[in-house]
Amino acid sequence: MSTYATRKATNWIMLGLCGLCAITATVALIAILSYTIAKGAPAINLQFLTSLPQPVGETGGGISNAILGTLLLVGLACVIGIPVGLLAGIYLSEFGGHRFGSVVRFTADVLFGVPSIVIGMFVYALVVIRMGSFSALSGGIALAFIMMPIIARTAEESLRLVPTTIREAGLALGIPLWRTILSIVLPGALTGVVTGIMLGMARVAGETAPLLFTAFGNRLGFQGLDNPVAALPLQIYRYAISPYSDWQSQAWGAALVLIALVLITSVVVRILTRKRR
Amino acid sequence: MRGDAVFPAVTFLAALAIIALMLLIVYQMTIVALPSLERFGAGFLTGTTWDAVTEEFGALPAIFGTIVTSLLALLIAVPLSIGAAIFLTELAPSPVGNVVSFLVELLAAIPSVVYGIWGLFVLVPLVRDPLQRVLGDYLGFLPLFQGPRFGVGVLSAGIILAIMILPLVTATTRDIIRMVPSTQKEAMLALGATKWETIWRAVLPYGRSGIVGAIILGLGRALGETMAVTMVIGNAFKISPSLFAPGQTMASQIASEFAEATSDLYISALIEIGLVLLGISLLVNIMARLLVWRATRGVGGRLKT
Amino acid sequence: MIKSSPLPTGVTVPVRDEERKVSNGGVQEGLVSIGLNAWYGRLLAIRNINIHFEPKHVTAIIGPSGCGKSTLIRCFNRLHETVPGARVSGQVLLDGKDIYSPGTDPVQLRRRIGMVFQRPNPFPTMSIFDNVATGIKLNGGMKGSRLAEIVERSLRHAALWDEVKDKLRNTGTDLSGGQQQRLCIARALAVEPEVLLMDEPCSALDPIATMKIEDLIRSLRETYMIVIVTHNMQQAARVSDFTGFMLAAEDRAGELIEFGPTPQMFTNPKDKRTEDYITGRFG
Repeated sequence: MSTYATRKATNWIMLGLCGLCAITATVALIAILSYTIAKGAPAINLQFLTSLPQPVGETGGGISNAILGTLLLVGLACVIGIPVGLLAGIYLSEFGGHRFGSVVRFTADVLFGVPSIVIGMFVYALVVIRMGSFSALSGGIALAFIMMPIIARTAEESLRLVPTTIREAGLALGIPLWRTILSIVLPGALTGVVTGIMLGMARVAGETAPLLFTAFGNRLGFQGLDNPVAALPLQIYRYAISPYSDWQSQAWGAALVLIALVLITSVVVRILTRKRR
Repeated sequence: MRGDAVFPAVTFLAALAIIALMLLIVYQMTIVALPSLERFGAGFLTGTTWDAVTEEFGALPAIFGTIVTSLLALLIAVPLSIGAAIFLTELAPSPVGNVVSFLVELLAAIPSVVYGIWGLFVLVPLVRDPLQRVLGDYLGFLPLFQGPRFGVGVLSAGIILAIMILPLVTATTRDIIRMVPSTQKEAMLALGATKWETIWRAVLPYGRSGIVGAIILGLGRALGETMAVTMVIGNAFKISPSLFAPGQTMASQIASEFAEATSDLYISALIEIGLVLLGISLLVNIMARLLVWRATRGVGGRLKT
Repeated sequence: MIKSSPLPTGVTVPVRDEERKVSNGGVQEGLVSIGLNAWYGRLLAIRNINIHFEPKHVTAIIGPSGCGKSTLIRCFNRLHETVPGARVSGQVLLDGKDIYSPGTDPVQLRRRIGMVFQRPNPFPTMSIFDNVATGIKLNGGMKGSRLAEIVERSLRHAALWDEVKDKLRNTGTDLSGGQQQRLCIARALAVEPEVLLMDEPCSALDPIATMKIEDLIRSLRETYMIVIVTHNMQQAARVSDFTGFMLAAEDRAGELIEFGPTPQMFTNPKDKRTEDYITGRFG
């Protein structure tokens, strides 16, 4: 019976290790979250959120430029990325059942896996070099390219969940196909589509690498779409690797603001999708 | 009825735009990298000098650093991820599983730069002491664990990457394991196998190609991860056998030098690194997607964010 | 067709049958269930099942789909409880010992009670040889010629040896559906169980493959106690010695309506509902 005792012991040890793995993953999250809150919370106050950075060497100042910059960049990304992503998603779910559809689907998945820094370099070559300067516009374009595949694929999937009978019902009423899709099918899949858009926004709001040589960062406020603009992740990066402890603590404060933005979005998405199921 | 002619065409154009974008990325990067491509040829991949003054550029140390940090990350993250995925699907009562799943998904949503700042201020000191002290004292006879103990370096980069790919690999593996038919598990249980034996001999083998896909997906993420690595790897352009040494990855080199690049050839060389990175990550992602798609076919291919 | 007897109907009939059997000899040999209930979450799937399977006999459980017949046999190797939320109450005695007593380890129990599933489910990543050997390998220690011997014997028992002896290293999924199912039977036989539970083993097979499996079941009766769930009455009539008929009550819980020797069940059923079912007048 000793072999059976060994087997039983192996069973419990291995299952225990699996539990330990899950605990480790959870601990990692809690460690990161709690440390960011502990270090970031003291830095946050109204002045920090609403004022511009002080000139180098002076203490104080805030991150209002970065918060506004991130909102602007994400807004630009939405303006460019949502229409294309959504239309592509509609194509995939309504018209794209054949070979070209799967090519698009596959390309979208692969595009999603392209390192964001490569997207940044690409937009640098495509836009920044041609325009002759770093700019908010180029940053927004870079983020839009990252958003597109996410929106396209999530939109496709939620549209597919709308039963065919609903499409047939619309057509049977004599409504043209395009109106059926836009005014009957799309609203039916709205939760899922919105979820995808929010996921995309949360993802790009935290992106740093593609902004390094597009939006570039700016210690002043907004100065036009054709000028560099600040962003939260960029500012966190620059402040964190600086040697000044004042800047480092501001980096933690900004990290907390960013994490709050991103995680709140994720939690809302989670609640939305749970209702749907 | 004109709308029915126009509307599908418009959506088709949007779908086409996605493919066009992919092609345009490859084309545009190649164009800008041309000066460097022409100047260094294949030697770019094997050159070990990176000198902006003499304009001598070779990418081998960055490629080496990328591979080492990514493999190190896989080494740490893969067992953890598979274990956690098994826990989530086969062991945890469903409320616990849901909570842990949720937390792991949150971990995936944390921006790279936050991992970076946490890595720089929390992880790096911990790596310096106790991790490097213990490894150096007890395993210091291995070239892997020799040299000055800075904290920043390849080891820290590997660990932070491991934490970052953990949620992706865990969530994908979890979905793969869920797709294993219950009759496979029951067949093994009915032969008198323990729970672990059922997982090890029936569940994991059945899902193996999908799990390999999940791992490669994690590899793809690790290869291109930029900010967190840039902040903890030490940015030194050399090839060292020691994990304690500072290093460079393709992505971190681009991030840390691009803004300072002055000459066209310098920029061109950096973009060529980006091109190499793009090529590798395309290859890896295509492979991973094919494997994961095959394993979860029929349930849609939800993007993991 | 034979007229049904005017006896009052109800669940008491099988219980009375059962009591008679036990009291007659006082024999507890074989597999006995007493007051067995099984749930999926809050849903009662089978209610108060009292049944007795005898060694070296084939017992068929018939009934319309959804009557709980698969759930019933999954209680006999404690596979039912592996479904999340599922539970069991009552007793199941194997040679007089309750398999649901706290001292019984389900893992070891399942080596004594083998199972064949509705659809052939060979392990796709294993060779034909390894599929059969896997149950033995779990306990370790056995290798080489001894293992090969058992694999060959099991495949012969399952009437598959001649068809696969030259391709033991191929994967099991290369075989036809009927061959795969016989491979699964060989896999179950390899660990030398006392009981073989078969959950609609032919429902996914063509008529020729079905006939082979039925021949096999008849030949296995000499060695094993076999319980076969089937929705195919002809099959039950052809292969079994005893037949139990199950039907779902109004609350969807399956009940054992009647149990008896197969010829009697098919020629002279006591219960009106049994007769309706076997004459196709059901529903």
